[in-house]
Amino acid sequence: MSENLIEVKGLKKYFNVGSGNMLKAVNDISFSIAKGETLGLVGESGCGKSTAGRTVLRLYEPTGGSVHFEGTDIYKLSPQKMKAMRRDMQMIFQDPYASLNPRFTVTDIIGEALDIHNMAGSKKERKKRVEDLLDMVGLNPDHATRYPHEFSGGQRQRIGIARALAVNPKFIICDEPISALDVSIQAQVVNLLKDLQNRLGLTYLFIAHDLSMVKHISDRVAVMYLGRIVELAESEELYANPLHPYTKTLLSAIPIPDPAIEANKKRIVLDDTNNNFNLDNSELVEVSKGHWVSMPK
Amino acid sequence: MDTNDITVMSSPVDLKPEDFRKIGSDEKQAEVIQRESLSAWRDAWRRLRANKMAMTALGVLGLIVIAAIVGPMISKYNYYSNDLLNTNQKPSAEHWFGTDDLGRDMFVRTWYGARISLIVGLAAAMIDLFIGVIYGGIMGYFGGRVDNIMNKFSEILYAIPYLLVTILLLVVMEPSLPTIILALTITGWINMSWIVRGEIMQLKSREFVLASRSMGAGWRRLLFRHLLPNAMGPIIVTVTLSVPNAIFAEAFLSFLGLGVQAPIASLGSMINDALTGWLYYPWRMLFPAVLISLTMLSFNIFGDGLRDALDPKLKK
Repeated sequence: MSENLIEVKGLKKYFNVGSGNMLKAVNDISFSIAKGETLGLVGESGCGKSTAGRTVLRLYEPTGGSVHFEGTDIYKLSPQKMKAMRRDMQMIFQDPYASLNPRFTVTDIIGEALDIHNMAGSKKERKKRVEDLLDMVGLNPDHATRYPHEFSGGQRQRIGIARALAVNPKFIICDEPISALDVSIQAQVVNLLKDLQNRLGLTYLFIAHDLSMVKHISDRVAVMYLGRIVELAESEELYANPLHPYTKTLLSAIPIPDPAIEANKKRIVLDDTNNNFNLDNSELVEVSKGHWVSMPK
Repeated sequence: MDTNDITVMSSPVDLKPEDFRKIGSDEKQAEVIQRESLSAWRDAWRRLRANKMAMTALGVLGLIVIAAIVGPMISKYNYYSNDLLNTNQKPSAEHWFGTDDLGRDMFVRTWYGARISLIVGLAAAMIDLFIGVIYGGIMGYFGGRVDNIMNKFSEILYAIPYLLVTILLLVVMEPSLPTIILALTITGWINMSWIVRGEIMQLKSREFVLASRSMGAGWRRLLFRHLLPNAMGPIIVTVTLSVPNAIFAEAFLSFLGLGVQAPIASLGSMINDALTGWLYYPWRMLFPAVLISLTMLSFNIFGDGLRDALDPKLKK
């Protein structure tokens, strides 16, 4: 892969949960994504995946660390420059029912980004652009005047994708874009995302908890646990040769569609005796080319 | 299956293979949405229209408003001229609702009073709406310390007995229509601001707001295009239900003698005037009392109907 589009260094996001306690949702994570690459980010619910994604986009102000996008530290940008920067970085959300304003028509949902960045000269131009985008994500352009509640989950997620594409971004964070959809629709949406990546040269950070889907779409995969990255490798390598005990646990939980194998499969279950990987005193070590694992210092 | 079985199972209508036609599946057809496109507002209106009680209440309110506007115009009498030869008349063809103790026509005075009561109710509700939405919107949107300070201020204001403030204000200032409206709104907006605050706080963590932020939307766009329109349902219901509250509060103040001053009539002051001889001249109390009850009942039923229509969770 060529140069890095985005570099995240030592990103931290703590939430104040009252009485002086801090929730360390994202605790010192670093990774980089090359142009045109897809980095998968997996982990169990509540491990800080979504928070990491939102902090990278500066939807949350970070507690520490830096994010360099094409060499610019986005946390140091003024509000005006940040607004311009947002054209290059977009997000697709998890819940297609909550991520579209119910009072807006599809045209207004997709056209809003065009309005914010003054990208459409006239009403006609705006309408044309919205129809092109709908066509691009496989929706009927005649439905532009409809409201979100009239669409199915898969169609709504396509609207969400069209909205993200409206400003011609270079980088898109997909925050569990398929976890709220039917399995049959999941494949459609993932294939659409791959297709768009090939056509438009997009770079993805693909957040998910479905390991097989992540393997399908990602070039590299990062495994997150309790706010930290415990393992990061090429996806083939990670699935074939998991090194960190937490990664092994995750992979052992993937169901296999064969009752004979599934019945004999040994699952590694985390409990109080083996869930402490001494993460506070660990650091990422490159054990083989491009394969990083968290190891005790 | 044996071929003989088929003859046994064949239907009374003789179907041949030629009767069937393969139509296939058209993917474009599958995407077509049959339902008529309805905005959230039109959907709510459709549900409201199906609610007979609410529509009756709306009709009654419409009639009251029209009568309050037209009533005093169609009569040959006015609300302030005394006719001391015809005091305390019973309802008759000459005076439809009778006359009061100064011989003033009760029909004109009742509708004129309804006009004043409605003006007070609507004006107070509108001012509550204006202040409450802005104050509550700022509290809910900015949260944190701003919310803390502003919320404490409204709680302190709310803790002062409302009648005490109102009565003090009416004693210090000259009792007039604007003074009464001011007295009613000085604490009336707090309830609205709390409702708006709660709605905004709940909405601002929704993903569509986050999506708009990720596109670089400023706070004005977020608040006025995304948050407030989605909070409109509870806001409208609160306004509708605060109108009868203001009307009742005005009637109460007038009943205490702190309301509008004679010869101007309001429904409350008319009931107060009628109190002196209500055993002998019950119609002097009956008409304004019935009218104020009907107005409040209609507003409350209509407000309940609106709440049902605007709440998507109750959608059938």
